[in-house]
Amino acid sequence: MSFMNGGGNPQLNRHGELNHLLTIEGLPREVLERILDTAAPFTEVAEREVKKVPLLRGKSVFNLFFENSTRTRTTFEIAAKRLSADVINLNINTSSASKGETLLDTADNLAAMQADMFVVRHASSGAPYLIAQHLRATGRDHIHVVNAGDGRHAHPTQGLLDMYTVRHYKKDFTQLTVAIVGDVLHSRVARSQIHALTTLGVPEVRVIGPKTLLPTGVERLGVRVFNDMREGLRGVDVVMMLRLQNERMQGALLPSTQEYFKSYGLTPEKLALAKPDAIVMHPGPMNRGVEIDSAVADGGQAVILPQVTFGIAVRMAVMAMLAGN
Amino acid sequence: MPQRLPLPDAEALCATLAEAMRPHVDPAATALVGIHTGGVWVAERLHAALGLKLPPGSMDVSFYRDDFHQRGLHANAKTSQIPFEVDGAHIVIVDDVLHTGRTIRAAMNELFDYGRPARIDLAVLIDRGGRELPIAPGFCAHALSLPAAQMLALERDADGGLSFRVIEK
Repeated sequence: MSFMNGGGNPQLNRHGELNHLLTIEGLPREVLERILDTAAPFTEVAEREVKKVPLLRGKSVFNLFFENSTRTRTTFEIAAKRLSADVINLNINTSSASKGETLLDTADNLAAMQADMFVVRHASSGAPYLIAQHLRATGRDHIHVVNAGDGRHAHPTQGLLDMYTVRHYKKDFTQLTVAIVGDVLHSRVARSQIHALTTLGVPEVRVIGPKTLLPTGVERLGVRVFNDMREGLRGVDVVMMLRLQNERMQGALLPSTQEYFKSYGLTPEKLALAKPDAIVMHPGPMNRGVEIDSAVADGGQAVILPQVTFGIAVRMAVMAMLAGN
Repeated sequence: MPQRLPLPDAEALCATLAEAMRPHVDPAATALVGIHTGGVWVAERLHAALGLKLPPGSMDVSFYRDDFHQRGLHANAKTSQIPFEVDGAHIVIVDDVLHTGRTIRAAMNELFDYGRPARIDLAVLIDRGGRELPIAPGFCAHALSLPAAQMLALERDADGGLSFRVIEK
């Protein structure tokens, strides 16, 4: 996608500040750290009697979901509402797109309704870029775009909330070994995690999965590749499980989910190979008995529900930073 | 060269402020809330000097500032911590310098998101004038007048000692 590379980083404004959040790839370490630092005070807002701050009062945030996702849409909605924004949810696969309206026509129409921010989820990689680039080309850069997941490409707020979680439990990125396990091939989450971990200085990032679910050339992203889960988990500080993306599975990449669980499901026995204080993460929704055993998912090392809580604060930080730039 | 002002001794002002407040606080029930960063240091001093029972709170009013849309989000926002029940409490907001009053407005708005205090007072080390809102300190250790281009900042050295410095904007 040539437009991703042309004209400098399309996410930054002319002062080098974050204007859109489209991908973690290419963002400087300082920007990532600034987002994580900014998210910290937002975690406390949720504990107040009034769980709301007035930063985005009078602003309109449009959740443009061209692909279904109840969980991600809900967390963005909660984050925007806790910033006092007005939130409008559009599930476009059930409205205009089915009548033939193009992506950019939809964006133009909503911009004409004085939108201040678009949160975009789309099955096609690059869709949020296309909107951001269109807004810039038409002089409407004051409307900010947040990528809420595009195709196999990126899911930057998930990557950031994962980094927030790692930092919360492990403090220092520069001493860690992190394993990402499962269907890396179809996972935009894995791509965002890998870019974030390497940018933040994690010395060893491992990807673990069957050859059929690892993208060719993945080691070029600076990761160590393991096909044997037991070998890959040895001595790691953080285990990031991925969801087996059934709905993305085209053709027979796997013999069966039972076989998959046997080789790549995270069981207490496999987790015992990691460091004793290793944490277990999962972006949700979990397939219990497929990629993760219930004993692990509900066990003492899982930080899966804190991930959800931190996710609200991280999304609040991202939206507040964009709106202020 | 910055103008050399005869700046008052911050430590002495903390002591003066504590004495001014003493007849008006209930050590068992009054709570202090310091505003980041200087106000938190002053609140710590006052808390010790007045022997208050409730732990002091701290607030960073970045999420409530009225200049967010001009200046964006403050880079080093800190976590607000209110470790006591706000409903029905007597709270003294503590800051180092009172200037336009906008920070205090933001602080009061933030405080009300924790509950409904019975009473809020304001204590500052220095009132430097230049108010833009109808806000006045109930307790103030020192008043002086500074031109708008100058900022008064409270600093803390390695040993924890407090002092004032003038910064040219």
